[in-house]
Amino acid sequence: MRVTKPRIVPPGAPRNELGMTRRDYEGGMSTLCAGCGHDSVTAAIVQACFELSLPPQSVAKLSGIGCSSKTTAYFVAGAHGFNGVHGRMPAIAAGASAANRKLRYIGVSGDGDSLSIGLGQLGHAIRRNMNMLYMLENNGVYGLTKGQFSASADMGSRSKKGEKNQNEPIDPVLLALSLGATFVARSFSGDKEQLVPLIKAGLTHRGFGLIDVLSPCVTFNDHEGSTKSYAYVREHQQAAIAADYVEPRREITVSYAEGEAVSVEMHDGSNVLLRKLDRDYDPTDRAKALAYVQERVQRNEYVTGMIYLGEGRSHFHDRHNTPDEPLNSIPYEKLCPGSAGLAGILSGFR
Amino acid sequence: MPERDLTQERLNDFVVKFANVNGTGSASANSLIMKSIFRMGVPVVGKNFFPSNIQGLPTWYEIRVTREGWRARSGRVDLMVAMNAETYARDIAEVAPGGWLLYDSTWPRPSLLSREDVTVLGVPLAQLCGDHFEGARARILMKNVMYAGVLAALLDLDLEIVRELLGESFARKPALADSNMNAIRIGYDYAREHFDCPLPIRIAPMDETRGHVMMDGNTAAALGCVYAGATVGAWYPITPSTSLMDAFRAFCARHRVDPETGRNNYMVIQAEDELAAIGAVIGASWNGARAFTPTSGPGVSLMNEFIGLAYYAEIPAVLFDVQRVGPSTGMPTRTQQCDLLTCAYASHGDTRHVLLFPADPGECFDFAVQAFDLAERLQTPVFVLLDLDIGMNDWMTKDPQWDDDYRPDRGKVITAEMLEGMQRFHRYLDVDGDGIPWRTIPGVGEKGAYFTRGSGHNQLGAYTEDPAEYQLVVDRLRRKFDAAARLVPTAVTEGSGRAEVGIVSFGSCDGAVREALAALRRTGVAVDYLRIRAFPFGEEVEEFLRDHEAIFVVEQNRDAQLRALLTLETAVEKRKLRSILHYNGLPMSADCVVDAVVAALAQGEAA
Repeated sequence: MRVTKPRIVPPGAPRNELGMTRRDYEGGMSTLCAGCGHDSVTAAIVQACFELSLPPQSVAKLSGIGCSSKTTAYFVAGAHGFNGVHGRMPAIAAGASAANRKLRYIGVSGDGDSLSIGLGQLGHAIRRNMNMLYMLENNGVYGLTKGQFSASADMGSRSKKGEKNQNEPIDPVLLALSLGATFVARSFSGDKEQLVPLIKAGLTHRGFGLIDVLSPCVTFNDHEGSTKSYAYVREHQQAAIAADYVEPRREITVSYAEGEAVSVEMHDGSNVLLRKLDRDYDPTDRAKALAYVQERVQRNEYVTGMIYLGEGRSHFHDRHNTPDEPLNSIPYEKLCPGSAGLAGILSGFR
Repeated sequence: MPERDLTQERLNDFVVKFANVNGTGSASANSLIMKSIFRMGVPVVGKNFFPSNIQGLPTWYEIRVTREGWRARSGRVDLMVAMNAETYARDIAEVAPGGWLLYDSTWPRPSLLSREDVTVLGVPLAQLCGDHFEGARARILMKNVMYAGVLAALLDLDLEIVRELLGESFARKPALADSNMNAIRIGYDYAREHFDCPLPIRIAPMDETRGHVMMDGNTAAALGCVYAGATVGAWYPITPSTSLMDAFRAFCARHRVDPETGRNNYMVIQAEDELAAIGAVIGASWNGARAFTPTSGPGVSLMNEFIGLAYYAEIPAVLFDVQRVGPSTGMPTRTQQCDLLTCAYASHGDTRHVLLFPADPGECFDFAVQAFDLAERLQTPVFVLLDLDIGMNDWMTKDPQWDDDYRPDRGKVITAEMLEGMQRFHRYLDVDGDGIPWRTIPGVGEKGAYFTRGSGHNQLGAYTEDPAEYQLVVDRLRRKFDAAARLVPTAVTEGSGRAEVGIVSFGSCDGAVREALAALRRTGVAVDYLRIRAFPFGEEVEEFLRDHEAIFVVEQNRDAQLRALLTLETAVEKRKLRSILHYNGLPMSADCVVDAVVAALAQGEAA
């Protein structure tokens, strides 16, 4: 059942450059469990799209299968959405992006969808540096099938039934860093202050942006012994880098001491200002970022924030040398060589 | 078939078979000979029997010269060009009585002379190459060209045409054209000096190839994709479909690069597997591009889940299944029509798909274009079922024709302007009562936004688990599919329509069946022929089945899949349909059909 949210806008609600309110970026009513981390992620996406003043029809929402993948129905109702098959959202995104490079693609997936059945597709989406923001709502557990460990569950963590996880986890951040992702972030569904600017930066990035969002499952994985519970994540998250998104034409007004902040200019003239919370950290150095995160993982710490940003690398469309005009709107006359062209082609087959 | 008398001169009606080692460059020599014959105006059939291997294994190429213009294999060999010592024994066994065998006599092999009814022609090719050319690789390559020269003398090929073809092949390397022509000349002169040239089997110029090309079906299908306006191709390399995407890329490199900007008005995505390939096609089609994937049986197996999504969510997709021998990995370089049932009902749940069956490269071109129109008109996956024989062998086929007035049928797509005048848009509502709903392309506007899903949905496009709402949508899908029977290419019939015996077939069987029909008619058997060109079956298929009492279904698989589909999807009585099956992986020849029909009629079973 789909419940349509009433669109009552309180008078005086803030409006963005398009004159739209935050509510205009909402979608259908969530059917997830009360307190689900994913709903907070949805709210952060709504906030980010509102703040960026995105025309709803300029967004395409893509997902696979699972609790996380349902959430694409809960934001930006004015955008087309595609709930595909389990673990295969990146393939749909590749084709969709090929057809129309002008839309902004938001993929929402989960740890089952991305790290088990869809691990290959995630890896290849990164490798292609596809133009999309990929939100991985990570809770370490299968929800719809009621509580099995996922591939991101930590070794030794316990299920609700008390079972102990026997396998090594796959960390999407380490995976993305090692596969050459150009935008890698981690956040926590409970930290909207951190998450919203990351989403805005991810939507502006040209190429593949991964945000691994620790998003606890209140029903199956929020107990003692879980390393993906609200309590555990709050206690073990360590923000290394805070990212502030600075819109095009806005000036960076706050000043930071030397070595404390790095500003990265995005393709559209906006800036991502990276504030180092740890002086040793360099978010523009892939090898160092990888070593840093790895070391913290050993200490059971979740490094969060903008972990790596390599702006300006060639992306999916650069590599295919496609025109600025989307392929789906090139006039047919430009695509067909016609009968005149055919004569020449056939002469090579006689 | 009646034995032919080989003592008499046989103009333009014989078979030359080449036994080679793969990876030695023999393919270009063999194709040079075939093209020379074609340019002399004489119809030819070329079949390549190659191993799933890069280098070192036996490979054969067969050229049938057929003044009648037949299109199948003949099933016999008149001249064997035995260039692989490893296969000498089986190669000489295959030569028809009275035939010839040409071999490299640098190393004499008296055992080859064991057949008294075969004339052995020895040419010391390796020795001649050693005398005239430097370098090991050049000697191997020139040996092939040299036997082409020997054949030019034996078969009376026009050397000027050979020279012209070499000039075209090596347009950018004239020195190579000269050295190749030199090798031709050496072989030619040797043969003229030592043998009685030409042989009774020889070529005499005709004018029967004008208006035709020598083209393989994969190339023709790729060309169809270009002409249909496809902009996105996604694939995972798999034999025997790979050359389809290779050809698409080559055509696009010539005809789809914007002359002003140098940008590509197409994108080819080499996917990580077939699941991703079809996923990308679906994503691109959903987003308003014409998109396709070429694959083969194992790829279709992997694509099943996504195919069901496209069927249920009503997203166009074009798939080319260039069938190869199954099951499992099977024989990747051999031909079969074994994916019919798996394609007809691909994916779990109640699914059924539109299939097109081209019989030659010309139809591959036409059906490729139609496949996109049908996929968009019907908003569903459409399969074009080729097989290795059509896809990878060069066929003499009528020049594909193009009507410059053609414009793609994009089907029911709501534009931004149409949206403005609409109250609300509902994705799966049967507004026109024809079973086909309207769709919007992402980006068109907020009012046109909807949520695409493979989970239960109602006619408004919303998620549902409601029994009645679910059923309403799947019942409409069934009506839509049934309506497709009136949109797909109709079956081709031949004969009076009143003959007692009917033959039903499809795809690449056509050449063998047509030749068999002529042979049967010569012996006084009247036969009608129905060549099915698409699924779902049209009314004309029902009629043919109704009007004939004894029907032979000719197909290339073990389990009689076409017969099974006919019994499932038409009203025909099962007992009326008899199977003629050919499934050893080699292309069919007419005698397999003739023998089966004659045997059945002799037993009185069919009458």
